[in-house]
Amino acid sequence: MSESVMISIEKLNKSFGDLHVLKDIDFTVKESDVVCLIGASGSGKSTLLRCLNFLELKDSGTITLEGEVIEKDSHDLNEIRQRVGMVFQHFHLFPHKTVIQNIMEAPMQVKKLSKKDAEEQALVLLDKVGLSDKKDVYPSKLSGGQKQRVAIARALAMKPDVMLFDEPTSALDPELVGEVLATMKELAEEGMTMIVVTHEMGFAREVADWAVYMHDGKIVEVGHPEELFNHPKEERTKSFLDSVL
Amino acid sequence: MDILTTFVDTFPMFFEGMLLTFQLTIVSIFIAIFIGLFFAMLKISKVKVLEWIADLYIFLVRGTPLVVQIFIFYFGLTSLNISGFWSVVLGLAFHNGAYIAEIFRGAIQSIESGQMEAGRSLGMSAGLTMRRIILPQASRRALPPLGNQFIIALKDSSLASFVGVYELFNIATTQGSINYDYMTYLLIVAVYYLVLVLLFTVIVNLVEKKMSNSER
Repeated sequence: MSESVMISIEKLNKSFGDLHVLKDIDFTVKESDVVCLIGASGSGKSTLLRCLNFLELKDSGTITLEGEVIEKDSHDLNEIRQRVGMVFQHFHLFPHKTVIQNIMEAPMQVKKLSKKDAEEQALVLLDKVGLSDKKDVYPSKLSGGQKQRVAIARALAMKPDVMLFDEPTSALDPELVGEVLATMKELAEEGMTMIVVTHEMGFAREVADWAVYMHDGKIVEVGHPEELFNHPKEERTKSFLDSVL
Repeated sequence: MDILTTFVDTFPMFFEGMLLTFQLTIVSIFIAIFIGLFFAMLKISKVKVLEWIADLYIFLVRGTPLVVQIFIFYFGLTSLNISGFWSVVLGLAFHNGAYIAEIFRGAIQSIESGQMEAGRSLGMSAGLTMRRIILPQASRRALPPLGNQFIIALKDSSLASFVGVYELFNIATTQGSINYDYMTYLLIVAVYYLVLVLLFTVIVNLVEKKMSNSER
Protein backbone atom coordinates (compact mmCIF):
# COMPACT_ATOMS: atom_id res chain seq x y z
CA MET A 1 0.00 0.00 0.00
CA SER A 2 1.32 3.40 -0.93
CA GLU A 3 2.18 5.76 1.87
CA SER A 4 1.53 9.07 0.13
CA VAL A 5 -1.05 11.32 1.74
CA MET A 6 -4.25 11.85 -0.23
CA ILE A 7 -6.10 14.29 1.99
CA SER A 8 -5.11 15.97 5.17
CA ILE A 9 -7.09 18.39 7.24
CA GLU A 10 -5.79 20.64 9.97
CA LYS A 11 -7.80 22.60 12.52
CA LEU A 12 -10.91 22.57 10.37
CA ASN A 13 -13.81 24.61 11.73
CA LYS A 14 -17.28 25.09 10.36
CA SER A 15 -20.32 26.80 11.83
CA PHE A 16 -23.84 27.27 10.61
CA GLY A 17 -24.91 30.47 12.32
CA ASP A 18 -24.47 29.88 16.05
CA LEU A 19 -24.11 26.15 15.59
CA HIS A 20 -20.46 25.10 15.74
CA VAL A 21 -20.58 21.89 13.68
CA LEU A 22 -16.90 21.04 13.20
CA LYS A 23 -14.42 21.86 15.93
CA ASP A 24 -10.69 21.80 15.16
CA ILE A 25 -10.82 18.64 13.10
CA ASP A 26 -7.44 17.04 12.29
CA PHE A 27 -7.56 14.14 9.95
CA THR A 28 -5.30 12.41 7.43
CA VAL A 29 -6.16 9.90 4.75
CA LYS A 30 -3.47 8.10 2.81
CA GLU A 31 -3.76 6.91 -0.74
CA SER A 32 -5.85 3.72 -1.07
CA ASP A 33 -7.09 4.05 2.50
CA VAL A 34 -10.71 3.24 3.25
CA VAL A 35 -11.92 5.26 6.19
CA CYS A 36 -15.31 4.88 7.82
CA LEU A 37 -16.76 7.80 9.73
CA ILE A 38 -19.20 6.76 12.40
CA GLY A 39 -21.15 8.69 14.99
CA ALA A 40 -24.63 9.78 15.94
CA SER A 41 -26.58 12.05 13.62
CA GLY A 42 -25.64 15.64 14.19
CA SER A 43 -22.07 14.75 15.11
CA GLY A 44 -20.72 16.50 12.01
CA LYS A 45 -19.74 13.51 9.84
CA SER A 46 -21.71 14.61 6.80
CA THR A 47 -20.58 18.21 7.13
CA LEU A 48 -16.97 17.03 7.28
CA LEU A 49 -17.48 15.07 4.09
CA ARG A 50 -19.16 18.02 2.37
CA CYS A 51 -16.29 20.30 3.35
CA LEU A 52 -13.87 17.89 1.66
CA ASN A 53 -15.83 18.29 -1.56
CA PHE A 54 -16.23 22.04 -1.00
CA LEU A 55 -20.00 21.75 -1.16
CA GLU A 56 -19.68 23.48 2.20
CA LEU A 57 -16.91 26.01 2.58
CA LYS A 58 -14.86 25.80 5.75
CA ASP A 59 -14.62 28.73 8.15
CA SER A 60 -11.01 28.11 9.08
CA GLY A 61 -8.29 25.48 8.90
CA THR A 62 -6.51 23.94 5.94
CA ILE A 63 -7.52 21.20 3.53
CA THR A 64 -4.63 19.63 1.64
CA LEU A 65 -5.40 17.47 -1.37
CA GLU A 66 -2.52 15.45 -2.83
CA GLY A 67 0.02 17.78 -1.29
CA GLU A 68 -1.66 20.97 -2.40
CA VAL A 69 -3.41 23.32 0.04
CA ILE A 70 -6.80 24.11 -1.46
CA GLU A 71 -8.32 27.54 -1.00
CA LYS A 72 -11.43 28.77 -2.73
CA ASP A 73 -9.74 32.02 -3.75
CA SER A 74 -6.72 30.43 -5.40
CA HIS A 75 -8.30 27.29 -6.87
CA ASP A 76 -11.04 26.50 -9.31
CA LEU A 77 -13.31 24.45 -7.06
CA ASN A 78 -15.03 22.94 -10.11
CA GLU A 79 -11.71 21.42 -11.07
CA ILE A 80 -11.06 20.23 -7.50
CA ARG A 81 -14.49 18.58 -7.32
CA GLN A 82 -13.66 16.51 -10.39
CA ARG A 83 -10.94 14.88 -8.32
CA VAL A 84 -13.21 14.25 -5.34
CA GLY A 85 -16.21 12.11 -6.26
CA MET A 86 -19.29 12.10 -4.07
CA VAL A 87 -22.13 9.64 -3.55
CA PHE A 88 -25.20 10.89 -1.70
CA GLN A 89 -27.64 9.21 0.64
CA HIS A 90 -30.52 9.99 -1.69
CA PHE A 91 -28.63 9.24 -4.94
CA HIS A 92 -29.64 12.49 -6.70
CA LEU A 93 -29.61 10.90 -10.13
CA PHE A 94 -30.80 13.20 -12.91
CA PRO A 95 -34.41 12.05 -13.45
CA HIS A 96 -34.71 13.53 -16.96
CA LYS A 97 -31.78 11.52 -18.24
CA THR A 98 -31.40 7.81 -18.85
CA VAL A 99 -28.94 5.76 -16.83
CA ILE A 100 -26.20 6.03 -19.46
CA GLN A 101 -26.88 9.74 -20.01
CA ASN A 102 -26.49 10.28 -16.27
CA ILE A 103 -23.01 8.81 -16.49
CA MET A 104 -22.04 10.57 -19.73
CA GLU A 105 -23.24 14.03 -18.72
CA ALA A 106 -20.30 15.38 -16.72
CA PRO A 107 -17.51 13.79 -18.80
CA MET A 108 -19.01 15.32 -21.95
CA GLN A 109 -19.94 18.70 -20.50
CA VAL A 110 -16.96 19.25 -18.21
CA LYS A 111 -14.14 17.15 -19.63
CA LYS A 112 -15.36 17.64 -23.19
CA LEU A 113 -15.14 13.95 -23.99
CA SER A 114 -16.64 13.01 -27.34
CA LYS A 115 -19.98 11.25 -27.24
CA LYS A 116 -18.34 8.05 -28.42
CA ASP A 117 -15.62 8.08 -25.76
CA ALA A 118 -18.07 9.02 -23.02
CA GLU A 119 -20.38 6.22 -24.06
CA GLU A 120 -17.61 3.65 -24.17
CA GLN A 121 -16.46 4.67 -20.72
CA ALA A 122 -20.03 4.64 -19.38
CA LEU A 123 -20.57 1.12 -20.67
CA VAL A 124 -17.44 -0.10 -18.91
CA LEU A 125 -18.60 1.51 -15.67
CA LEU A 126 -22.11 0.10 -16.01
CA ASP A 127 -20.63 -3.32 -16.52
CA LYS A 128 -18.53 -2.83 -13.40
CA VAL A 129 -21.59 -2.00 -11.27
CA GLY A 130 -23.55 -4.79 -12.95
CA LEU A 131 -26.21 -2.68 -14.65
CA SER A 132 -25.40 -2.94 -18.35
CA ASP A 133 -28.93 -4.07 -19.10
CA LYS A 134 -30.38 -0.91 -17.57
CA LYS A 135 -28.44 1.58 -19.65
CA ASP A 136 -31.41 3.04 -21.50
CA VAL A 137 -33.98 3.19 -18.70
CA TYR A 138 -34.83 6.24 -16.66
CA PRO A 139 -33.84 6.31 -12.97
CA SER A 140 -37.50 6.14 -11.88
CA LYS A 141 -37.56 2.54 -13.12
CA LEU A 142 -34.70 1.45 -10.88
CA SER A 143 -34.67 0.09 -7.33
CA GLY A 144 -32.85 2.08 -4.66
CA GLY A 145 -29.86 -0.21 -4.79
CA GLN A 146 -29.62 0.09 -8.56
CA LYS A 147 -29.92 3.88 -8.33
CA GLN A 148 -27.05 4.02 -5.89
CA ARG A 149 -24.88 1.82 -8.11
CA VAL A 150 -25.59 4.14 -11.04
CA ALA A 151 -24.68 7.09 -8.80
CA ILE A 152 -21.37 5.39 -8.00
CA ALA A 153 -20.71 4.82 -11.72
CA ARG A 154 -21.61 8.46 -12.44
CA ALA A 155 -19.09 9.68 -9.86
CA LEU A 156 -16.40 7.28 -11.14
CA ALA A 157 -16.87 8.60 -14.68
CA MET A 158 -14.94 11.73 -13.69
CA LYS A 159 -12.01 9.50 -12.68
CA PRO A 160 -11.75 10.94 -9.17
CA ASP A 161 -8.76 10.32 -6.91
CA VAL A 162 -10.95 10.05 -3.82
CA MET A 163 -14.53 8.92 -3.37
CA LEU A 164 -16.74 10.28 -0.60
CA PHE A 165 -19.83 8.32 0.41
CA ASP A 166 -22.43 10.09 2.53
CA GLU A 167 -24.53 7.35 4.15
CA PRO A 168 -24.81 5.50 0.83
CA THR A 169 -27.06 2.75 2.15
CA SER A 170 -29.19 4.60 4.70
CA ALA A 171 -32.06 5.26 2.31
CA LEU A 172 -32.20 1.67 1.06
CA ASP A 173 -34.47 -1.19 1.95
CA PRO A 174 -32.47 -3.75 3.98
CA GLU A 175 -32.41 -6.34 1.19
CA LEU A 176 -30.79 -3.82 -1.20
CA VAL A 177 -27.95 -2.75 1.07
CA GLY A 178 -25.77 -5.73 0.18
CA GLU A 179 -25.46 -5.02 -3.54
CA VAL A 180 -24.28 -1.45 -2.91
CA LEU A 181 -21.80 -2.52 -0.26
CA ALA A 182 -20.48 -5.21 -2.61
CA THR A 183 -19.84 -2.57 -5.28
CA MET A 184 -18.06 -0.39 -2.75
CA LYS A 185 -16.00 -3.28 -1.51
CA GLU A 186 -14.88 -4.06 -5.03
CA LEU A 187 -13.88 -0.42 -5.46
CA ALA A 188 -11.88 -0.54 -2.24
CA GLU A 189 -10.09 -3.69 -3.40
CA GLU A 190 -9.06 -1.89 -6.59
CA GLY A 191 -7.26 0.65 -4.42
CA MET A 192 -9.67 3.56 -4.50
CA THR A 193 -9.25 6.00 -1.64
CA MET A 194 -12.60 6.14 0.10
CA ILE A 195 -14.13 8.07 2.97
CA VAL A 196 -17.43 6.58 3.99
CA VAL A 197 -19.99 7.94 6.42
CA THR A 198 -21.91 4.84 7.39
CA HIS A 199 -23.89 3.00 10.00
CA GLU A 200 -22.93 -0.34 8.47
CA MET A 201 -20.59 -1.67 11.13
CA GLY A 202 -20.17 -4.94 9.25
CA PHE A 203 -18.86 -3.08 6.20
CA ALA A 204 -16.58 -0.98 8.36
CA ARG A 205 -15.18 -4.09 10.02
CA GLU A 206 -14.63 -5.93 6.76
CA VAL A 207 -13.44 -3.22 4.40
CA ALA A 208 -12.20 -0.19 6.31
CA ASP A 209 -8.54 0.38 7.20
CA TRP A 210 -9.57 2.94 9.78
CA ALA A 211 -12.69 3.80 11.66
CA VAL A 212 -13.21 7.28 13.03
CA TYR A 213 -15.75 8.00 15.75
CA MET A 214 -17.10 11.54 15.79
CA HIS A 215 -19.15 13.15 18.51
CA ASP A 216 -20.36 16.72 18.83
CA GLY A 217 -18.17 18.08 16.03
CA LYS A 218 -14.97 16.47 17.24
CA ILE A 219 -13.05 13.33 16.41
CA VAL A 220 -13.19 11.29 19.60
CA GLU A 221 -11.33 8.17 18.60
CA VAL A 222 -9.50 6.72 15.61
CA GLY A 223 -8.48 3.12 15.26
CA HIS A 224 -8.51 -0.06 13.26
CA PRO A 225 -12.14 -1.12 13.05
CA GLU A 226 -11.74 -4.36 15.00
CA GLU A 227 -9.94 -2.58 17.77
CA LEU A 228 -12.26 0.40 17.87
CA PHE A 229 -15.38 -1.74 17.87
CA ASN A 230 -14.18 -4.39 20.29
CA HIS A 231 -12.03 -2.37 22.64
CA PRO A 232 -13.04 1.28 22.49
CA LYS A 233 -10.83 3.43 24.69
CA GLU A 234 -13.21 6.30 25.15
CA GLU A 235 -16.37 6.09 27.23
CA ARG A 236 -18.42 7.97 24.60
CA THR A 237 -17.32 5.59 21.86
CA LYS A 238 -18.33 2.67 24.04
CA SER A 239 -21.80 4.01 24.76
CA PHE A 240 -22.35 4.84 21.09
CA LEU A 241 -21.31 1.35 20.01
CA ASP A 242 -23.52 -0.19 22.67
CA SER A 243 -26.48 1.69 21.25
CA VAL A 244 -25.93 0.65 17.61
CA LEU A 245 -24.49 -2.85 17.75
CA MET B 1 -80.25 38.83 -39.97
CA ASP B 2 -79.53 35.27 -39.05
CA ILE B 3 -76.35 35.00 -36.91
CA LEU B 4 -75.13 31.95 -38.85
CA THR B 5 -75.19 33.71 -42.20
CA THR B 6 -73.45 36.70 -40.63
CA PHE B 7 -70.84 34.28 -39.27
CA VAL B 8 -70.24 32.84 -42.72
CA ASP B 9 -70.25 36.23 -44.44
CA THR B 10 -67.76 37.75 -42.03
CA PHE B 11 -65.49 34.71 -41.93
CA PRO B 12 -62.71 36.15 -44.15
CA MET B 13 -62.62 39.33 -42.10
CA PHE B 14 -62.59 37.58 -38.74
CA PHE B 15 -60.13 34.99 -39.97
CA GLU B 16 -57.63 37.75 -40.65
CA GLY B 17 -58.31 39.19 -37.23
CA MET B 18 -57.76 35.77 -35.75
CA LEU B 19 -54.37 35.49 -37.45
CA LEU B 20 -53.40 38.88 -36.06
CA THR B 21 -54.54 37.90 -32.55
CA PHE B 22 -52.58 34.69 -32.90
CA GLN B 23 -49.45 36.58 -33.98
CA LEU B 24 -49.78 39.12 -31.18
CA THR B 25 -50.03 36.33 -28.64
CA ILE B 26 -47.31 34.05 -29.97
CA VAL B 27 -44.72 36.77 -30.51
CA SER B 28 -45.36 38.45 -27.17
CA ILE B 29 -45.25 35.15 -25.29
CA PHE B 30 -42.03 34.18 -27.04
CA ILE B 31 -40.41 37.40 -25.85
CA ALA B 32 -42.06 37.11 -22.42
CA ILE B 33 -40.47 33.69 -21.85
CA PHE B 34 -37.00 35.20 -22.20
CA ILE B 35 -37.92 38.16 -20.00
CA GLY B 36 -39.42 35.76 -17.47
CA LEU B 37 -36.39 33.48 -17.46
CA PHE B 38 -34.09 36.47 -17.01
CA PHE B 39 -35.99 37.87 -14.04
CA ALA B 40 -36.44 34.41 -12.51
CA MET B 41 -32.62 34.12 -12.55
CA LEU B 42 -32.34 37.50 -10.83
CA LYS B 43 -34.84 36.35 -8.21
CA ILE B 44 -32.87 33.23 -7.32
CA SER B 45 -29.44 34.86 -7.71
CA LYS B 46 -29.15 35.49 -3.93
CA VAL B 47 -27.69 38.89 -4.85
CA LYS B 48 -29.82 41.42 -3.00
CA VAL B 49 -29.63 44.20 -5.61
CA LEU B 50 -30.63 41.84 -8.42
CA GLU B 51 -33.51 40.47 -6.36
CA TRP B 52 -34.72 44.01 -5.73
CA ILE B 53 -34.64 44.79 -9.44
CA ALA B 54 -36.77 41.73 -10.14
CA ASP B 55 -39.13 42.56 -7.27
CA LEU B 56 -39.56 46.11 -8.56
CA TYR B 57 -40.35 44.86 -12.06
CA ILE B 58 -42.93 42.39 -10.78
CA PHE B 59 -44.41 45.03 -8.49
CA LEU B 60 -44.80 47.48 -11.38
CA VAL B 61 -46.50 44.91 -13.58
CA ARG B 62 -48.79 43.52 -10.91
CA GLY B 63 -49.56 46.93 -9.48
CA THR B 64 -50.91 48.57 -12.63
CA PRO B 65 -53.75 47.57 -14.97
CA LEU B 66 -52.68 45.89 -18.19
CA VAL B 67 -54.65 48.41 -20.23
CA VAL B 68 -52.58 51.23 -18.69
CA GLN B 69 -49.37 49.36 -19.53
CA ILE B 70 -50.51 48.88 -23.12
CA PHE B 71 -51.35 52.56 -23.51
CA ILE B 72 -47.99 53.59 -22.02
CA PHE B 73 -46.13 51.25 -24.36
CA TYR B 74 -48.24 52.34 -27.32
CA PHE B 75 -47.81 56.10 -26.86
CA GLY B 76 -44.23 55.71 -25.72
CA LEU B 77 -43.04 53.46 -28.52
CA THR B 78 -45.06 54.81 -31.45
CA SER B 79 -43.48 58.20 -30.70
CA LEU B 80 -40.20 56.42 -31.43
CA ASN B 81 -41.61 55.29 -34.79
CA ILE B 82 -42.26 51.75 -33.65
CA SER B 83 -45.41 50.27 -35.18
CA GLY B 84 -48.62 49.83 -33.23
CA PHE B 85 -48.34 46.06 -33.56
CA TRP B 86 -44.85 45.94 -32.09
CA SER B 87 -45.59 48.39 -29.29
CA VAL B 88 -48.52 46.22 -28.22
CA VAL B 89 -46.40 43.07 -28.55
CA LEU B 90 -43.73 44.58 -26.31
CA GLY B 91 -46.35 45.79 -23.84
CA LEU B 92 -47.87 42.32 -23.60
CA ALA B 93 -44.41 40.75 -23.33
CA PHE B 94 -43.47 43.17 -20.52
CA HIS B 95 -46.67 42.25 -18.71
CA ASN B 96 -46.56 38.48 -19.14
CA GLY B 97 -42.83 38.36 -18.42
CA ALA B 98 -43.51 39.18 -14.78
CA TYR B 99 -45.98 36.35 -14.33
CA ILE B 100 -43.78 33.93 -16.24
CA ALA B 101 -40.82 34.96 -14.05
CA GLU B 102 -42.78 33.91 -10.99
CA ILE B 103 -43.80 30.64 -12.67
CA PHE B 104 -40.18 29.83 -13.53
CA ARG B 105 -38.92 30.84 -10.11
CA GLY B 106 -41.43 28.54 -8.42
CA ALA B 107 -40.58 25.68 -10.75
CA ILE B 108 -36.82 26.08 -10.28
CA GLN B 109 -37.16 26.24 -6.51
CA SER B 110 -39.31 23.12 -6.55
CA ILE B 111 -36.39 21.07 -7.90
CA GLU B 112 -34.70 19.49 -4.88
CA SER B 113 -31.40 21.04 -3.89
CA GLY B 114 -29.69 17.66 -4.28
CA GLN B 115 -29.83 18.05 -8.04
CA MET B 116 -27.65 21.17 -7.92
CA GLU B 117 -25.32 19.46 -5.45
CA ALA B 118 -25.03 16.38 -7.62
CA GLY B 119 -24.07 18.52 -10.60
CA ARG B 120 -21.57 20.54 -8.57
CA SER B 121 -20.06 17.38 -7.05
CA LEU B 122 -19.24 16.18 -10.58
CA GLY B 123 -17.29 19.36 -11.26
CA MET B 124 -20.02 21.11 -13.23
CA SER B 125 -20.25 24.87 -12.62
CA ALA B 126 -23.40 26.39 -11.13
CA GLY B 127 -24.39 27.87 -14.49
CA LEU B 128 -23.83 24.62 -16.36
CA THR B 129 -25.80 22.65 -13.76
CA MET B 130 -28.62 25.20 -13.98
CA ARG B 131 -28.73 24.90 -17.78
CA ARG B 132 -28.25 21.15 -18.13
CA ILE B 133 -29.86 19.74 -14.97
CA ILE B 134 -32.20 22.20 -13.26
CA LEU B 135 -33.87 24.08 -16.12
CA PRO B 136 -34.91 21.02 -18.17
CA GLN B 137 -36.65 19.59 -15.10
CA ALA B 138 -38.10 22.95 -14.06
CA SER B 139 -39.52 23.58 -17.55
CA ARG B 140 -41.54 20.40 -17.28
CA ARG B 141 -43.00 21.48 -13.99
CA ALA B 142 -43.62 24.99 -15.30
CA LEU B 143 -45.56 23.78 -18.30
CA PRO B 144 -49.10 23.57 -16.83
CA PRO B 145 -49.02 27.07 -15.27
CA LEU B 146 -47.28 28.38 -18.40
CA GLY B 147 -50.09 27.00 -20.57
CA ASN B 148 -52.55 28.78 -18.34
CA GLN B 149 -50.60 32.02 -18.70
CA PHE B 150 -50.56 31.61 -22.50
CA ILE B 151 -54.33 31.42 -22.53
CA ILE B 152 -54.61 34.52 -20.35
CA ALA B 153 -52.22 36.30 -22.72
CA LEU B 154 -54.33 35.26 -25.70
CA LYS B 155 -57.45 36.78 -24.21
CA ASP B 156 -55.61 39.85 -22.93
CA SER B 157 -54.45 40.60 -26.45
CA SER B 158 -57.99 41.90 -27.05
CA LEU B 159 -56.90 45.05 -25.22
CA ALA B 160 -54.82 45.89 -28.29
CA SER B 161 -58.06 46.98 -29.92
CA PHE B 162 -58.04 50.10 -27.71
CA VAL B 163 -54.95 51.38 -29.45
CA GLY B 164 -56.24 50.59 -32.91
CA VAL B 165 -54.68 47.21 -33.68
CA TYR B 166 -57.20 45.51 -35.94
CA GLU B 167 -57.36 42.17 -34.13
CA LEU B 168 -60.43 40.05 -33.34
CA PHE B 169 -62.10 42.20 -30.73
CA ASN B 170 -61.56 45.40 -32.70
CA ILE B 171 -63.26 43.84 -35.71
CA ALA B 172 -66.21 42.78 -33.57
CA THR B 173 -66.80 46.21 -32.04
CA THR B 174 -66.26 48.00 -35.34
CA GLN B 175 -68.73 45.73 -37.14
CA GLY B 176 -71.15 46.03 -34.25
CA SER B 177 -71.22 49.80 -34.45
CA ILE B 178 -71.44 49.88 -38.26
CA ASN B 179 -74.37 47.46 -38.28
CA TYR B 180 -76.02 48.66 -35.05
CA ASP B 181 -75.87 45.05 -33.81
CA TYR B 182 -73.23 44.56 -31.12
CA MET B 183 -74.61 41.33 -29.71
CA THR B 184 -74.31 39.30 -32.92
CA TYR B 185 -70.68 40.28 -33.47
CA LEU B 186 -69.71 39.84 -29.83
CA LEU B 187 -71.15 36.31 -29.86
CA ILE B 188 -69.31 35.57 -33.09
CA VAL B 189 -65.99 36.86 -31.75
CA ALA B 190 -66.48 34.82 -28.59
CA VAL B 191 -66.56 31.70 -30.79
CA TYR B 192 -63.23 32.65 -32.39
CA TYR B 193 -61.63 33.12 -28.98
CA LEU B 194 -62.99 29.78 -27.82
CA VAL B 195 -61.51 28.08 -30.87
CA LEU B 196 -58.12 29.70 -30.29
CA VAL B 197 -58.13 28.78 -26.60
CA LEU B 198 -59.07 25.23 -27.48
CA LEU B 199 -56.20 25.10 -29.97
CA PHE B 200 -53.74 26.38 -27.32
CA THR B 201 -55.01 23.88 -24.78
CA VAL B 202 -54.56 20.97 -27.16
CA ILE B 203 -51.04 22.08 -28.06
CA VAL B 204 -50.01 22.52 -24.41
CA ASN B 205 -51.46 19.12 -23.52
CA LEU B 206 -49.57 17.48 -26.36
CA VAL B 207 -46.28 19.04 -25.32
CA GLU B 208 -46.92 18.10 -21.70
CA LYS B 209 -47.61 14.52 -22.64
CA LYS B 210 -44.54 14.29 -24.83
CA MET B 211 -42.32 15.65 -22.06
CA SER B 212 -43.73 13.49 -19.30
CA ASN B 213 -43.05 10.34 -21.31
CA SER B 214 -39.41 10.60 -20.35
CA GLU B 215 -39.58 11.21 -16.63
CA ARG B 216 -40.50 9.64 -13.35
